[in-house]
Amino acid sequence: MRGHTLAEKLIASHVPGSTGVRPGDLVEVSVDVVLANDITAPISLREFESLGVARVFDPEKVVLVADHFAPNKDIKSAEQCKAMREFAHAQGIANHYDVGRMGIEHVLLHEQGLVLPGDVVVGADSHTCTYGALGAFATGMGSTDIAVAMATGSIWMRVPETIRFEYTGTRQPWVGGKDLILYTIGQIGVSGALYMAMEFAGPVVDTLSMSDRFTMSNMAIEAGGKAGLFAVDSATREYVAGRAKRDYQVYASDADAIYARVVTIDVSDMAPQVSFPHLPENAKPVSEAQGVKIDQAVIGSCTNGRLEDLRVAAQILTGRKVHPDVRCIVIPGTQQVYLDALREGLVEAFIEAGAVVSTPTCGPCLGGHMGILAAGERAVSTTNRNFRGRMGHPDSEVYLSGPAVAAASAIAGTIVHPDEVMG
Amino acid sequence: MTLQGSVWKYGDNVDTDAIIPARYLNMSTAEELAQHCMEDIDTSFVGAVQPGDIIVGGENFGCGSSREHAPLAIKGAGVSCVIADSFARIFYRNAINIGLPILACPEAVAGAQKGDALTVDLEAGTITNARTGEIYRTSPFPPFIMGIIQAGGLVPYTRKRLQ
Repeated sequence: MRGHTLAEKLIASHVPGSTGVRPGDLVEVSVDVVLANDITAPISLREFESLGVARVFDPEKVVLVADHFAPNKDIKSAEQCKAMREFAHAQGIANHYDVGRMGIEHVLLHEQGLVLPGDVVVGADSHTCTYGALGAFATGMGSTDIAVAMATGSIWMRVPETIRFEYTGTRQPWVGGKDLILYTIGQIGVSGALYMAMEFAGPVVDTLSMSDRFTMSNMAIEAGGKAGLFAVDSATREYVAGRAKRDYQVYASDADAIYARVVTIDVSDMAPQVSFPHLPENAKPVSEAQGVKIDQAVIGSCTNGRLEDLRVAAQILTGRKVHPDVRCIVIPGTQQVYLDALREGLVEAFIEAGAVVSTPTCGPCLGGHMGILAAGERAVSTTNRNFRGRMGHPDSEVYLSGPAVAAASAIAGTIVHPDEVMG
Repeated sequence: MTLQGSVWKYGDNVDTDAIIPARYLNMSTAEELAQHCMEDIDTSFVGAVQPGDIIVGGENFGCGSSREHAPLAIKGAGVSCVIADSFARIFYRNAINIGLPILACPEAVAGAQKGDALTVDLEAGTITNARTGEIYRTSPFPPFIMGIIQAGGLVPYTRKRLQ
């Protein structure tokens, strides 16, 4: 009998009575965390009420975060946040994160220790896959599925096949998790992992910070993936220590686990990556984007809004000036990231450079607010999607990159390799 | 359950931002969202779509954001069915959950042009193109999925089962 993948073990551990699951099995899975935000919760709440169930299955396990159009960008958004707030109060949901406590959900939950290794997490947001970096099975669903999970504490799933990615070699300077995942999506395409789990492994992974790992897991969905998983190691344990308020379980893929594919990627010659409009799979070395004029640079989001990302950006922006034709918008992912960045002097460096620093919000990533593009405008952005019209007008363009390229490009006014400005 | 309508044809990787741009996610009813369905990639759609019409897409239809607003907008516009080469995972669940039939059938996609009249028999798993006379076979829905669609979605289906 062949062994199991990490994805199979995580799911099986949440199927009561299971002795092991295999890809293709349809199973009912108990969940540890159910998540929704200010744009997906309104539909979930409507469906929840329609189910005729009085209470959520466990108010401790439901997390609601006002992050997409919060602080409220208009009256309709205010109504949506209000509906979620009232639901949280009525149901006794303590993990309701409103303005002042809130952050971008997929920077906030693990920071607050709400998701731990071994968990199964479902969220009404496609980037719920971020928590795979902790060795948890986390996947995005729609509002109706989440309403059912809120009511019952369980959800049906199809056990996915797994593609294992082995990263070998040595990373070049300025090459981080974002570059690795953009390159990977470039290799397999936006549907390359459709319905599957992506498992990130190999010697390079040991050198990645938790921040880099969250970035990579976050973008599994951009290859169609159901989850983006890392095994737990000392970095994971260190990250979780001091945050966890409950016990957690550690699972690992068996050496003889069955994979749909194993893809080996030697990172030694990999340059910082840029994904051209209008698909994340259009990843190319930054040299190929050299000279592309930009109007805006966004540094933040659930992909790259962590303290380590801001440190990379500040390293480049400190003592330099944002190009006069560029609006550079820096968005710390949570209040804690904001406070840490302030205390480290990063916020001062950004403002001295001529960047603006926003309160945490998903804002411009999905064309919501805080930096919408006009027709014909172009942004370099550390966010996760560059679909047509994603950041504003359908005739605007988004180039995806890591924080180093975004910060350097903000200074140059055109997309450049960080070495160009660091000289 | 038989569906009939004219084809609106689109390409690969139609993302949920294209189906319903995020600037409209401050609304959540099918009726409101339908007013803006597909507007960034096809400005003619909202004004001309007829009840029963069928959207035909390529690979990875519905990729990107998990927003259930996307299938809701399509259903609200009166579209009876979406046929594509393949679907993004979250969109597939969402469509079934809100009672929007959705079929993967690359052969039917390849044979369809904008404006073609299609007839879909969900129980039999057949798609008939009136222009070409071709009949395509796809896997019929299992009974519980058919039950969800007939009830109008997962919530009414579950409510009925709980009674």
